[in-house]
Amino acid sequence: MPSRLVRPAIHGVLLLLAAAYLVPLLVVVLNSLRSTDDIMQTSMIGWPRTLVWSNFSETWSHYCIAEHCSGIRPYFVNSLEMTIPATIVSTLLGALNGYSLALWRFRGDTWVFGIITLGVFLPEQMKLVPWVIVLRDLGLFNTIAGLVLIHIVQGLSFTTLFCRNYYTSIPVDLLKAARIDGAGFFRIFWRIVLPLSPPILIVTVIWQFTGIWNEYLYGVTFAAGEQQPITAALIALSAHISEAPLYGEQSAAVLLAAAPTLLVYLFGGRYFLRGLTSGAVK
Amino acid sequence: MRRATVPLRQRFDRIVPHLVIWPPIIISCTYAIVFSAWTIWVSLTRSTLLPDYTWYGFRNYTSMLATRNWQIASANLAIYGTCFVALTMATGLLLAVLIDQRVRAENIFRAIFLYPMAVSFVVTGTIWGWLLNPSIGIQKLVHDLGWAGFRFDWVIDRDKAIYCVVIAGAWQASGFAMALFLAGLRSVEADLLKAAQIDGAGAWRLYCRVVFPSMGPIFIAVMVMLLQFAIKTYDLVVALTAGGPGLASTLPSIVVYDFMFQRGELGRGSAAAVMLLASLAVVLVPYAIYRSWRARRVAAHA
Repeated sequence: MPSRLVRPAIHGVLLLLAAAYLVPLLVVVLNSLRSTDDIMQTSMIGWPRTLVWSNFSETWSHYCIAEHCSGIRPYFVNSLEMTIPATIVSTLLGALNGYSLALWRFRGDTWVFGIITLGVFLPEQMKLVPWVIVLRDLGLFNTIAGLVLIHIVQGLSFTTLFCRNYYTSIPVDLLKAARIDGAGFFRIFWRIVLPLSPPILIVTVIWQFTGIWNEYLYGVTFAAGEQQPITAALIALSAHISEAPLYGEQSAAVLLAAAPTLLVYLFGGRYFLRGLTSGAVK
Repeated sequence: MRRATVPLRQRFDRIVPHLVIWPPIIISCTYAIVFSAWTIWVSLTRSTLLPDYTWYGFRNYTSMLATRNWQIASANLAIYGTCFVALTMATGLLLAVLIDQRVRAENIFRAIFLYPMAVSFVVTGTIWGWLLNPSIGIQKLVHDLGWAGFRFDWVIDRDKAIYCVVIAGAWQASGFAMALFLAGLRSVEADLLKAAQIDGAGAWRLYCRVVFPSMGPIFIAVMVMLLQFAIKTYDLVVALTAGGPGLASTLPSIVVYDFMFQRGELGRGSAAAVMLLASLAVVLVPYAIYRSWRARRVAAHA
């Protein structure tokens, strides 16, 4: 190929691939504005003949999911009530864990750290039965509080991993000097470590928020009916309406369920990527 | 009075950090160890609908291995794991190499290829379920465009449904592979590249002979992460095919849930979960050994 054609060719291929990657999102956005009849007569892939804005209001507050005709709003709220506290608490505890593991070294700290990071790799399936028993004994079965607890404990492995690896780059001399000046555990954390932490805390918060919002297995196992998070509700929804599909409304539901994490990605993509790569490679 | 409060305060200062440090550390350690041990224990007992801690030996394992569900699921995992990792790595590498050619709007391209990682498997599975559904998806579109003989009905075909999971999974994860490969491409030493260019190596040879061979560790890291991903895949299949048609696209993770909570066989379900963990260990333990070996070698060279 003549060399002056190479660069346009590269751009062309990239543009095609980018379009292909965007198709699924585009399909959902367009279908959320189409009527189900329109979709059934043509296909999932097409422009709206007329814009049907009512899909969103229908799906938000009227839609029937497994006999409850309250739309996806309660499930969306459940997800928020689950994700926000679990994200905040697991991040704070992870920062504290990382701080004491990285900067207040004690005998066997690398072992402790190794065991904690094991939790990152353990499949969720290994923890289902113990959680059933623990939640039942605590009286938290089928509650949002139970899911919050699960995600805090589960998330600790990730948040500790992120923060500990970040804090090991803080020079120990800085802490020694502070300790000579008489600063204790909390003062050093508050005055020295936390001010250095925003980058890793943003990464951790984004990682936790995305992970917990998108989680499905715990949500469907430990919550039922109107206590379920949005991911479980989406599955219940498609099972429920498989006889009489409502693709337009369902697309709106999918879009609403995906919106929070997509928005986080849009505004914090750089941090999202950092979480992904450090969670993967470290 | 004042003299008494000072030591008390000091003691307080010394104790409180321990009260704060230890609970979260102990919780996360016991969580990883005790919960795993608990599931392993349950897998060795007679437990059915409720945990019943009478010893049952390995009978849950032998009977699980003999079920059709497990056999189909593990065969599917082999197909899905291989194809998913191969397709995702190939796509990710292609994207990374293309983006590495100093293209315009690089950040936008990267953001587009990576956005699927931000949505849930449930969303991905639902959308791809529609696109692959022959009566409303891609097949219908092509029919409407006038090619009536076009067939793309893998999702309802027993032999091909598992490949639909591969497609959706690769769509979601290839941006992740791209990001890691791109970081690898960017970290190849400039001197190495210059020397090869002076030797007159073309772009193709430059990549095959110089760039890719120096990225070995990254290839291994990406492969291990994707394999781990594949073994843990659960929601994607539930949303896309629900394991069907029949059992055609079921995976071990689905068998675990099915036995534990739909059939009320905690013992056998736990045995399946432990085997899932074992397959993960087959991937991760050698990788951990490899990494510590490499770290030691790098340390020795430095």
